[in-house]
Amino acid sequence: MLDLSWMAWTWPTAAFFAAVALALVAMTIWEKLRPGGGARRGVLGLHTTRGDRLFISVLGGMILHLAWLGALGPPLWGALGVSALFALAVFRWV
Amino acid sequence: MIRRSANQKAWWLVLPVVALVAFNAVIPLMTVVNYSFQETFGENVFFWEGTKWYLQILQSERFHASLLRQLIFTATVLAIEIPLGIAIALSMPRRGIGVSLCLVLMALPLLIPWNVVGAMWNIFALPEIGLLGRAINALGIEYNFTRQPGAAWFTVILMDVWHWTSLVVLLCYAGLCAIPDAYMQAAKIDGAGNWQVFRHIQLPKLKRVLTIAVLLRFMDSFMIYTEPFVLTGGGPGNATTFLSIDLVKIALGQFDLGPAAAMSLIYFIMILLLCWIFYTLMMRGEER
Repeated sequence: MLDLSWMAWTWPTAAFFAAVALALVAMTIWEKLRPGGGARRGVLGLHTTRGDRLFISVLGGMILHLAWLGALGPPLWGALGVSALFALAVFRWV
Repeated sequence: MIRRSANQKAWWLVLPVVALVAFNAVIPLMTVVNYSFQETFGENVFFWEGTKWYLQILQSERFHASLLRQLIFTATVLAIEIPLGIAIALSMPRRGIGVSLCLVLMALPLLIPWNVVGAMWNIFALPEIGLLGRAINALGIEYNFTRQPGAAWFTVILMDVWHWTSLVVLLCYAGLCAIPDAYMQAAKIDGAGNWQVFRHIQLPKLKRVLTIAVLLRFMDSFMIYTEPFVLTGGGPGNATTFLSIDLVKIALGQFDLGPAAAMSLIYFIMILLLCWIFYTLMMRGEER
């Protein structure tokens, strides 16, 4: 058996990476079932595809979590909620 | 609906790259994420710490100071290297033997390994034996980059400009050579001056290569480590301790892997965000 103890896996970090992988798989299935077509112009004037919007959502989510932690400290459930709302807004309007 | 090609075999050609990226980027990144939430004293024994290290880094004055130095350094080298690179590219010959000569001269600094650049400039700028150091002191200006923070900054910036302006020059030169002659002929017929030709023909046509140049120089200068480390070691004091030097001090000097992992992820997110902003702003102009 391959020894991966040096990678220091924990359940929360494994769950995070599983969520990222699931998001990519979900995006692929979504694109197969209902192709998103070319880039669209959103409220910010940016031309984005679905993949761009996922990238903006993930990057924005990471920054929101860091900002929440720096300003308010743990726990981060509030940051998770705000990030989810941010992602919904990005996919809907950006 | 977009009509798609039925042949998807090309994806198999991407597999070697995916495997390579998995080994040299994704797996180390996953490990860093895992370390950033834990404490270790070696022997692969880890203790869960949650967001403690992130909080510690975000509230650390030492991190804020390194970040500020890093931002000032990056802004300064970009402000010098981009205009200087464009100016040199514009003044380079387009035909004749001078072309090869200029291209070789411009490529030379890029061929020198980073640690050699640091060592070279260290000797070059030493006040007692270095040509630069002795020349500045001979002018009556007290200069010692090992003792004066201002002199250390001046030397680090000068070294970076010497090392990397060539990259901007070569990219801009390639962009300028790709402009069809018809544009220049039309400008000549219209009686356009040098500035008007630059402003309305050359600069817009350079937009794509400048986007690449700015992104490359931003990322490289924001992650700079080897040259200032060899030249000043982050000193005098902490005057030239940029983010990557500070990160290595925490990770390898103090062996604080948890805080170092958290810091490297915050660093990574900042680079990702700033690159995205740069890219979006520059491509936005392109789309108009």
